[in-house]
Amino acid sequence: MDLAREFGKGIWRENAVFRLLLGLCPALAVTTSAENGLGMGLATTFVLLCSNIVVSCLRKLIPAKVRIPSFIVIIASFVTVVQLLMEAYVYDLYKALGIFIPLIVVNCLILGRAEAFASKQTTLPSIIDGLGMGLGFTLALFVLGGVREIFGSGALLGFSLFGAGYQPFLLMILPPGAFIALGLLLAGMNRLDARKE
Amino acid sequence: MKTMNENVRLAVVLTLIAAGAGLILSLVESVTREPIAEQRRLETVRALRNVLPEFDNSPDADTVVLVVGQDKKGRDVKRTFFRGRQGSELSGIAFPVTAPEGYSGNIGIMVGVAPNGTVSGIEILTHAETPGLGDKIAFPEFKRQFAGKNLDNADWRVKKDGGEFDQITGATISPRAVVKAVAGGLTFFRQHRAEVLVNKQGE
Repeated sequence: MDLAREFGKGIWRENAVFRLLLGLCPALAVTTSAENGLGMGLATTFVLLCSNIVVSCLRKLIPAKVRIPSFIVIIASFVTVVQLLMEAYVYDLYKALGIFIPLIVVNCLILGRAEAFASKQTTLPSIIDGLGMGLGFTLALFVLGGVREIFGSGALLGFSLFGAGYQPFLLMILPPGAFIALGLLLAGMNRLDARKE
Repeated sequence: MKTMNENVRLAVVLTLIAAGAGLILSLVESVTREPIAEQRRLETVRALRNVLPEFDNSPDADTVVLVVGQDKKGRDVKRTFFRGRQGSELSGIAFPVTAPEGYSGNIGIMVGVAPNGTVSGIEILTHAETPGLGDKIAFPEFKRQFAGKNLDNADWRVKKDGGEFDQITGATISPRAVVKAVAGGLTFFRQHRAEVLVNKQGE
């Protein structure tokens, strides 16, 4: 198995947000700034990596009939771990992401990788798959958050870009802006791919 | 007999997984319990520092808890009053109020007052107002205008309603909710001033 290929597919070819359109709820909701997108992406990557490891280790032990409840228990546990750690050590980010941290449990990207990949593969490829998919998700949220922050607040990662005279394009920070930004990014990616072929 | 065995196996596997999850969670919880409590305390202390006049005690340890009303189920709603002292003198009192009439959910506010009931400062603790519009209630320009006001020397309404508090262009609802909640807190403080200032430690 080509591990580099497994890693790369999550970043671009099968990018969760831009290609599979999975996990859109957090991707649209928390990306009002690049920092929020990055934080949410990394928290999701941690959960995805841990759940992929545990699911691939236990795959022979878990009977097919109860695999979904088993996966959910495993994923929910890691989400709670992330939530506690974030509240203890990165309190401001914890407050900014709010309800969307516990909602990582129902991010279909994580259950999807457990079901489609980790439950059928050994541990090493599952780690690579989890990392690639997670970082691809993080990249997507970071780009989406960055685009919305640049236009909506005239800043990136909190640093002002255009000086005080810039009148922010507020719509980009509001919920409709998430859909508009994602739509334009998708269109751009499709155009790039169409060129290649 | 075979299905029976399989069902037992399913139950055993699920139980084992749940037990393992419980074990890990209790471990993580015990490790993070103290840092989390400390973070929450720091958040309160930071807010107290911003709203109270000078103090040299620990207001978060010098509190009075009063019942401010009942919720829908008839349970008591309590409010904590934090008391700042400069030497032996009481320098100010801070208490949280909630504005339920925000544009988007409750707005949590910490109000600091001098012992005579004049506001020394307010801090927005939690809100979910619209970014770029209602969230300006958390900006210094908005919060600053509360300092020095009390129930007698100010009209506690926004300018649009005939009062003297600046609303925010495009967002009148959020400032209106904040002003109303702070005024409500001041009224409660005036009515219960003796109980708040009485020199006993919290419950």
